[in-house]
Amino acid sequence: MDRKRYEEAKRRYHETLERCGCREGDFTTVSGFPVRPLYGPDDVEGLDYGEDLGFPGEYPFTRGVYPTMYRGRPWTQRQFSGFGTARDTNGRYHYLLDHGQTGLSVAFDMPTIMGYDSDHERSEGEVGRCGVAIDSLRDMEILFDGIDLGEITTSMTINAPASILLAFYLCAGEKKGTPFEAMGGTIQNDIFKEYIAQKSWIFPPQPSLRIITDILAFCADHVPRWNTISISGYHIREAGSTAVQELAFTLADGFAYVEAGIAAGLDVDRFAPRLSFFFNAHLDFFEEIAKYRAARRIWARRMKEKYGAKDERSLLLRFHTQTAGCTLTAQQPENNIVRTAFQALSAVLGGTQSLHTNSMDETLALPSEKAVRIALRTQQLIAHETGVVNTIDPLAGSYFVESLTNEMEEAAEAYFRKIDELGGVVAAIDRGFFQREIQRSAYEYQKAVERGSKIMVGVNRFQLEDEQIEIPLLRIDPEVERRQIEAVREVRAGRDNDKAARQLELLGVAARGSDNLMPAIIECARCYCTEGEIIDTFKGVFGEYKEPLFI
Amino acid sequence: MARKVRVLIAKPGLDGHDRGAKVVANALKDAGMEVIYTGLHQTPEMIAESAVQEDVDVVGLSILSGAHMTMFPRVLGLLREKGAADMLVFGGGIIPAEDVEELEKLGVARIFGPGTDTGDIVSFIRDRFPAN
Repeated sequence: MDRKRYEEAKRRYHETLERCGCREGDFTTVSGFPVRPLYGPDDVEGLDYGEDLGFPGEYPFTRGVYPTMYRGRPWTQRQFSGFGTARDTNGRYHYLLDHGQTGLSVAFDMPTIMGYDSDHERSEGEVGRCGVAIDSLRDMEILFDGIDLGEITTSMTINAPASILLAFYLCAGEKKGTPFEAMGGTIQNDIFKEYIAQKSWIFPPQPSLRIITDILAFCADHVPRWNTISISGYHIREAGSTAVQELAFTLADGFAYVEAGIAAGLDVDRFAPRLSFFFNAHLDFFEEIAKYRAARRIWARRMKEKYGAKDERSLLLRFHTQTAGCTLTAQQPENNIVRTAFQALSAVLGGTQSLHTNSMDETLALPSEKAVRIALRTQQLIAHETGVVNTIDPLAGSYFVESLTNEMEEAAEAYFRKIDELGGVVAAIDRGFFQREIQRSAYEYQKAVERGSKIMVGVNRFQLEDEQIEIPLLRIDPEVERRQIEAVREVRAGRDNDKAARQLELLGVAARGSDNLMPAIIECARCYCTEGEIIDTFKGVFGEYKEPLFI
Repeated sequence: MARKVRVLIAKPGLDGHDRGAKVVANALKDAGMEVIYTGLHQTPEMIAESAVQEDVDVVGLSILSGAHMTMFPRVLGLLREKGAADMLVFGGGIIPAEDVEELEKLGVARIFGPGTDTGDIVSFIRDRFPAN
């Protein structure tokens, strides 16, 4: 169609649209981007295939980080799980592996996340409740009993104490005869998003960054298959951000880690290839797909242009996705299976490298075995029944998706400028910038749901009266805490305590100096120092973080 | 003019999920109440202490780590010890139905679960402090 005929047809269409009238309603994305009734060639004017999209596996990687994508290998089905003792969770891991799961992902309990041993007074009532309790190398050995750590890859959702849990894991593998360099996996190790959203911090930003850069350097030399930071938007989104904020804040964090690594004297290509990402898959289908595509393009461009990365692997934004826990409803929980399926599909169409699908019962308790099996089956259905894996980046070239991808990128760039004006990520955290932005979005979203302008099925529309919940829930036996306390005390009683004390002493010396901390942490792990003992040693040197308060 | 209702929103336990607590705090503030937020990782002792010091009428506890059966009764007990048994205590978080029943027996006035309309929390407090 030539330009003249196109313009005429377009005018005719818009007149018809006007005449017919559209219904009233909220036609915005979950993030609040207005969406037009129709997208066409004008919306992607200037889009250059080579410059803006490229082939899969080619710069700027908008279409995917690998040339073959799911035609080469499907995403890793990685369900996040952990509860009770290491023995309880080991049972769940065997169950998931027996049902076809292809990677492991450890959820730790709150005391482990916050660096307290199970017998610490702050741990009371929390042990094994929302994850597995790990106090020392002994628990890690039990957690992976019967699992080959040279075969499977493991992701660990751990941040402030990431260096310690990584040391426990490496030592557990070593005891089974797997060398460090043969082990693959991920530690979350993303402290910025803790200050911003997830709020499980221990130390102030500067010593936290020192620990992180020590991990980057150590793994580059000794654990080359390890993903050293999983730069996470997931929690930012769960705390209430929009998709754009998730995209912008996560990438800003990523760039700040790159800058920290460079400032610590590391060559960018020595550590950047092992940085990975973790995004949320929320409700707005196309917005999510645009988010993943924009993320790849922004990362590749900045890494190349701003940070001078030469190794192509430094440019690849590889990511894990989890469906959005905050969108699950306590009302009619079975509906969550459907929500999760749509969210998972968006992650797959967005080119995720691995995926966790939430279980329907997670607003009520930890997931039961049946609920988690259905969640895993949802991924298997997408992989084997829907046909969406047959071709790579199938939505490329869609006027709407490309236009939304551009819009997401522009909005993220505007946030980067704002963060720069504030003096960078750490300064913006100190000033509560991210926290306020997220808090405002969360409150706006809640008000939109309460006004009814955002419809949530079963919550503000299509409710059931006198609803009875009919799904079985997993309960954590209070005995777990008592057993775990006994276990950690047995570890302390059974080890060479002089040696343990000496190693902790050396760890303190390392912390006060500037040597890489990882070797000292690994020595502590080997002689069964507990997580709490190691953290306390660090607290004595680094101090603790205090959050800025506001509502 | 009548004194505004004073509410302490508190996060007992170790989890960092403060989205709900902050949304509720904002909603109560917008409804004209005085709201004080404790911040994260509070012990029951810290919460009871703040409640008494700030002389609040209402204490809202938010927890998502599963430690509610340890934390909530302890806050109630400490408030009683400090002569503040008349404070209205409510809660929210991921709390299974049978625990809700148990906590309400122990003296938590109401547990608001996921999907609660903040308007319901506002009217729940208003009903008990109509003059303010």
